[in-house]
Amino acid sequence: MAKGKLTFNENLCKGCGLCVAACPKKILELDKTRLNSKGYHPATCVNPDECIGCAFCATQCPDVVITVERF
Amino acid sequence: MAVVFEPTKGLTDKPFHYCPGCCHGIIHRLVAETLVANDALETAVGVASVGCTYNSYEYIACDMVQAAHGRAPAVATGIKRNLKDSFVFTYQGDGDLASIGTAEIVHAAARSENITVIFVNNAVYGMTSGQMAPTTLVGQVTTTSPWGRDPSYQGYPINVSEFLSNLAGAAYVERVCVTDFKNIQNAKRAIQKAFNVQKNKLGFSLVEVLSTCPTNWGKEPLAAMDWLKENMEKQYPLGCYKGADITFDEAGNYVSGSIPATANNCVNVGEVKK
Amino acid sequence: MAQKRVLMKGNEVIAEAAIRAGCRNYFGYPITPQTEVMHYMAKKMVQVGGNFVQAESEVAAINMVYGAAAAGFRVMTSSSSPGISLKQEGISYIAGAELPAVVVNIVRAGPGLGGIQPAQGDYFQATKGGGHGDYRNIVIAPASVQELYELVVEAFNLADKYRMTCMIVGDGTLGQMMEPVAFRDEEPIETVEKPWAACGRKGDSFHHTVTSIYIDPDVLEKKNLELQDKYKIVEANEVRYESICMDDDPEIVITAFSTCSRISRNVIRQAREMGIKVGMIRPITLWPFPYKAIAEAADMPSVKAFLDVELNAGQMIEDVRLGANGKKPVYFHGRLGGNLPMQKEILDKIVAIHEGKITEGGNF
Repeated sequence: MAKGKLTFNENLCKGCGLCVAACPKKILELDKTRLNSKGYHPATCVNPDECIGCAFCATQCPDVVITVERF
Repeated sequence: MAVVFEPTKGLTDKPFHYCPGCCHGIIHRLVAETLVANDALETAVGVASVGCTYNSYEYIACDMVQAAHGRAPAVATGIKRNLKDSFVFTYQGDGDLASIGTAEIVHAAARSENITVIFVNNAVYGMTSGQMAPTTLVGQVTTTSPWGRDPSYQGYPINVSEFLSNLAGAAYVERVCVTDFKNIQNAKRAIQKAFNVQKNKLGFSLVEVLSTCPTNWGKEPLAAMDWLKENMEKQYPLGCYKGADITFDEAGNYVSGSIPATANNCVNVGEVKK
Repeated sequence: MAQKRVLMKGNEVIAEAAIRAGCRNYFGYPITPQTEVMHYMAKKMVQVGGNFVQAESEVAAINMVYGAAAAGFRVMTSSSSPGISLKQEGISYIAGAELPAVVVNIVRAGPGLGGIQPAQGDYFQATKGGGHGDYRNIVIAPASVQELYELVVEAFNLADKYRMTCMIVGDGTLGQMMEPVAFRDEEPIETVEKPWAACGRKGDSFHHTVTSIYIDPDVLEKKNLELQDKYKIVEANEVRYESICMDDDPEIVITAFSTCSRISRNVIRQAREMGIKVGMIRPITLWPFPYKAIAEAADMPSVKAFLDVELNAGQMIEDVRLGANGKKPVYFHGRLGGNLPMQKEILDKIVAIHEGKITEGGNF
């Protein structure tokens, strides 16, 4: 059961992948199936149920893409 | 549901132009969050330097002054001497601070100007496409050290935090990085400490933040972070070089620790000197 | 009401005038022959509770000026020729960011390290823009210690009014000489609001930014045109000059500023004793330059020629020639290296012009 919820302001994402590496639960990926308005593969949470709301991803993100809520 | 992380109002809405994976975005955010946390957004004045962050005034939401290359500490001096109770900071890269700006940073520290310098060290000139900088590592390939920095004709890198800490006027000097969550929290702590040093009028403070430059290092963002950890931290060890023993209470008031004896160029001159 | 007159050195009067004008920021660096400005400030500025910094270089000093001006405060720096060269980058930035500042140049002989004796060799640098880009500074050339006092006070008003650098150009003679100065009880300080200053958002809906960089060419072109419009207003309103003995149909008109004008005053008297009617136009603002006054003199039927006297190889003479527009010849007498012309040299030139024995050109 998810402890946290992520919201991505997708069009700010530059596909740098730092959040993917930062996530301790390894539930973030760059979505290779699509591009955002900047032409990058945006970061996305592939397993939201596992999110613990630690905000490691948002803290690491250089582009302030992610908002984190905790239950 | 509680929001535990959201965009800070210390940053404007304008999307950063920085390269994917560049640490400037993280560092800008830490500075902005510090301004908000300390209720300083309406009074602070920042000085933007020349380099990739030439337009940081479009992102950081306090009043900002754009300075010529290397001159930010002098510009900040002119501002802070007049706005003694406002948080005044500079945001500079390594080409700006350690090359053309060497005199200005040394003397601002020597005079113990009560300003805070955020010094972003990525071992290269970023904006102008990757030239060797005073902080480039021996052996590092850049556009002006195409076979790797060769000390026999290109000299050695400069460790800014170490040499500034030798100046009596420097109150607080610390080197941090933003490679992972723990280090980012540590960097934020250091920036908050620098804020407190200035607020308590203890003198000159500088936080050196090691940063990646994926584009000019020719590396993907994650690989760049690894390179920083494996190589830059050897030349530029993390840690506090001056003012480690300075402490503050919960309200941010100075409690103890060694500070420059004449730190207070911000104290009113007071009685007429004969 | 009898005004108290004090014997003061030019350099010290500059500092005193700035403080009287409400300036509470001085950033300087030692260089001969203006260092007394800084010595005076080191004491007096501190005593009045202002900010005094002996900066690490003239470059740092002009950037401290930029900072204080950006935050909305009156500020001054002073230097001499080689130091003013160092400040050109900062002066260009001040122009681009539209900041008010007062810069004092006590000119010495150049080029390079040159000498420390008086010169006027920085006229081009001051009036044609020593720094990069399309900009102007208001440039004022006082000719006495009293004028130095009054015009330095005025410089702060002009700088604030037009949001640009007002440069005071003196030379070593003026800086070092001592003359009686009558100080006013109250200075005519004209304060302006500075809503653009970067001194804290203070609840405004957007933060204030002081900058001179505009990457978009259309935006930068527009900014430049705004600057040019401003300079046109300054040209229309702020020209200052003095006419000496110009109202009795002079035959020869001397053009000279500052120290050379003082020497020329005596030459006018001597020439008139010899029966040669000589007048003088003394520019006080070198920019905006009194082209109209020169043109009017060139139009006078009695005027046969101009004689331009400077401590350089011929700089202001180009503006005199522009003003005269080919109607009358403009001859030149100059000294270099820190030398001053003797009155006899100038008088001999006047006599030669009067007798038709001189052709256009320099005197070397």
